[in-house]
Amino acid sequence: MKETLTGAQALIRALEHENVEVMFGLPGGCILPAYDPLIESKIRHILVRHEQGAGHMAEGYAHVTGRPGVAMVTSGPAATNLVTPLCDAYMDSIPMVGITGQVPTAAIGTDAFQECDTVGITRSITKHNELVMSAQDLPMVVRQAFHIATTGRPGPTLIDIPKDVLQNEMTWYWPSDDEVLDSLPGYRPNVKGHTKMIKEAARLILAARQPILYVGGGVLKARAAAALRELAELTQIPVVTTLMARGAFPDSHPLCLGMPGMHGTATAVTAMQKSDLLIALGSRFDDRVTGKVSAFAPDAKIIHVDIDPAEQGKVRRPDVPIVGDCRLVIEEMLKAIKEMLQSGEKQADVGPWRSRVSGWREQFPLAYDQSEPGAALKPQFCLEKLRDGAPEGTIVVSGVGQHQMWTSQYWNFEEPYTWVNSGGLGTMGFAVPAAIGAKVGRPDKTVWAVDGDGCFQMTAQELVTASLERIPVKIGILNNSYLGMVRQWQEMFYDERYSEVNLSGTLPDFVKWAESMGCVGIRVEDPQEAESAIDKANSINDRPVVVDFRVAEDEKVFPMVPAGKSNDDILLHHSQDSRREFLK
Amino acid sequence: MSGNNPYGQDSQHHVLSVLVQNRPGVLARVSALFARRGYNIFSLAVAPTEHADYSRITIVVDLASAPLEQMTKQLFKLIDVVRISELDPRHSVERELIMVTVKATAEQRGQIVELTNIFEGKILSVGVDAITVSLDGSPSNIDDFMVALNQYGIVESQRTGLVALPKLDRAATASAAKSPKGKAS
Ligand SMILES: Cc1ncc(C[n+]2csc(CCOP(=O)(O)OP(=O)(O)O)c2C)c(N)n1
Ligand SMILES: [Mg+2]
Repeated sequence: MKETLTGAQALIRALEHENVEVMFGLPGGCILPAYDPLIESKIRHILVRHEQGAGHMAEGYAHVTGRPGVAMVTSGPAATNLVTPLCDAYMDSIPMVGITGQVPTAAIGTDAFQECDTVGITRSITKHNELVMSAQDLPMVVRQAFHIATTGRPGPTLIDIPKDVLQNEMTWYWPSDDEVLDSLPGYRPNVKGHTKMIKEAARLILAARQPILYVGGGVLKARAAAALRELAELTQIPVVTTLMARGAFPDSHPLCLGMPGMHGTATAVTAMQKSDLLIALGSRFDDRVTGKVSAFAPDAKIIHVDIDPAEQGKVRRPDVPIVGDCRLVIEEMLKAIKEMLQSGEKQADVGPWRSRVSGWREQFPLAYDQSEPGAALKPQFCLEKLRDGAPEGTIVVSGVGQHQMWTSQYWNFEEPYTWVNSGGLGTMGFAVPAAIGAKVGRPDKTVWAVDGDGCFQMTAQELVTASLERIPVKIGILNNSYLGMVRQWQEMFYDERYSEVNLSGTLPDFVKWAESMGCVGIRVEDPQEAESAIDKANSINDRPVVVDFRVAEDEKVFPMVPAGKSNDDILLHHSQDSRREFLK
Repeated sequence: MSGNNPYGQDSQHHVLSVLVQNRPGVLARVSALFARRGYNIFSLAVAPTEHADYSRITIVVDLASAPLEQMTKQLFKLIDVVRISELDPRHSVERELIMVTVKATAEQRGQIVELTNIFEGKILSVGVDAITVSLDGSPSNIDDFMVALNQYGIVESQRTGLVALPKLDRAATASAAKSPKGKAS
């Protein structure tokens, strides 16, 4: 039976067919027709206060569920407000589908009211985007958008729909998998690694004396944490987890060295530098990890597993490139290694390497100076208290800046999908909306956002959304009255010449602001108060909570590899400087 | 005049033949990708193929800006890109078209016509003091033609950019080469 629907009805039905349970958005002129059938739909719509919030919520939701987040907004300014989250999702390979209204087809190109070239603007920050010119195309375009967003290297897609396309009639259909594939002849991601390359990788792994598993976000995208653990345990190879991969391997595991990179642990950074084999799994040799590329891990051979062929050799030429899905490839690698071991081959002794690495770990733990009695709270202390008070399985979200690095450093990540942050783009303002999206995706879990006072002021209004929609997230602001990370660079690299980094310290009143948005607001100024405030926050589950931790202004993040410097030039906490030789 | 030679034997230039789905915006996607990643395009020619669903974009790229491997891999990530072949000049047939208007006094006209005939070009239009000729040929052929015409004074010229196809083997033409399906990776 042929069924006639409007484009708007077809859009909403297509989203239902894609099993969308929730979308984040805000209506306006051109997208209006789509909001009408939404009233009857079983899809939950969360009305945001700013479209950037909708985008980051969709990302947070996708981070913790692995399912594509959906954000729907109108044309022009709403579409441009979605640009930052799209770019963020593109950089961090987050599956997300953006839907934007567009001026009617006849008005396109005339500078009509709220017209902008959304597809043009978002071309380089989406995996794919499409301007839909006919209502009849909508089901296919929606299927393509979800398929592309969630397969291969995940990423954001965008569907731009003119108002008349939403209003026009179409005959309903739902394309089959084959029809979708046939419509995309240029899109066939390779998921299965090359058998010969995998064997070669297994051979290198067994021969290596100083190997490191260099684990990136791709391992989480591929849901490969269990396979990774088996590989690490079978071979006894130490693991570093990048900023995007925190939680992919348990921090408490004896083989875990923590985060590498600019603010990574001295052990993770040094172990990579000294290794003879880097097994890069879903990691992309980002400049924040490699430091000066020419000096990065100079003696290491490279096995590079990535589903995106363009990552192979982009920064560092691999000895063994393997294009494929991390889980499938690791599983095949395990098979190959086991076969080799069974046929009598021996793994090189990694014992001496492991004891060398353990030595570093003992000598160079994370360190900070406790605050003097009566002096301001230390941000690291707050994080330790937050971490120790958090219920098991808590999801942690962060903004961008010093607080982000401290959170990544001081939290103990034990499970995958418990860490949500903006790595590639480094988007201030990410935390509050992403935490809301994460809580929507995992209502069973406690969600803490650790935010900066600067970041919080960029998107805090979404706490109104959270209060009204009863999404009880918890926000801990490490309020140092500064754009702290920038202040740190000015202190260290610009002779303490502070330029436009002071955020005042008196305004805004974060507690009052929180209360005005329907949240519970708590201020913590003294180390003694921290624990009880955190307990109180953890006990509140009917509304959002904001804890304003008034922390020291001048604390700096260590270790640090200054931008453009070699990882060998890592700066340590002053208490460890005298032991520096030990890293040689 | 080798400095004037836009493609020629310069190893810094490579020819990519890119089969794309014939959809709105596909050229913008390709050129935006080159701009965004800092890759230089030397010339670009685009037109529909024998198959209405596909177009072919022939791009001469400047390898000084990035390694060819990165260019093709990034290009391949575009959903609309179906196939990319790198055309080695030794194993492909290459053609380009040029139209040139040259200053020509009545006495010179004969010389220019003769020159054009030697190159197997065509006379397109004759004016009082100028003449417009065209030539299709390999890029180096066209370069030589331009050098030869230069002495008369070139008023205006327009080159199309290179188009190319692989040279045929002695063996039967693979029908696979025609099927746009099945991207390699
Ligand atoms: C949208 C945006 N603007 C600017 C920056 C540059 N930036 C990086 S960290 C930072 C300071 C963040 O301040 P705050 O939120 O207070 O965090 P802190 O570093 O103090 O912990 C700035 C301005 C950015 N990453 N994102
Ligand atoms: Mg701050």
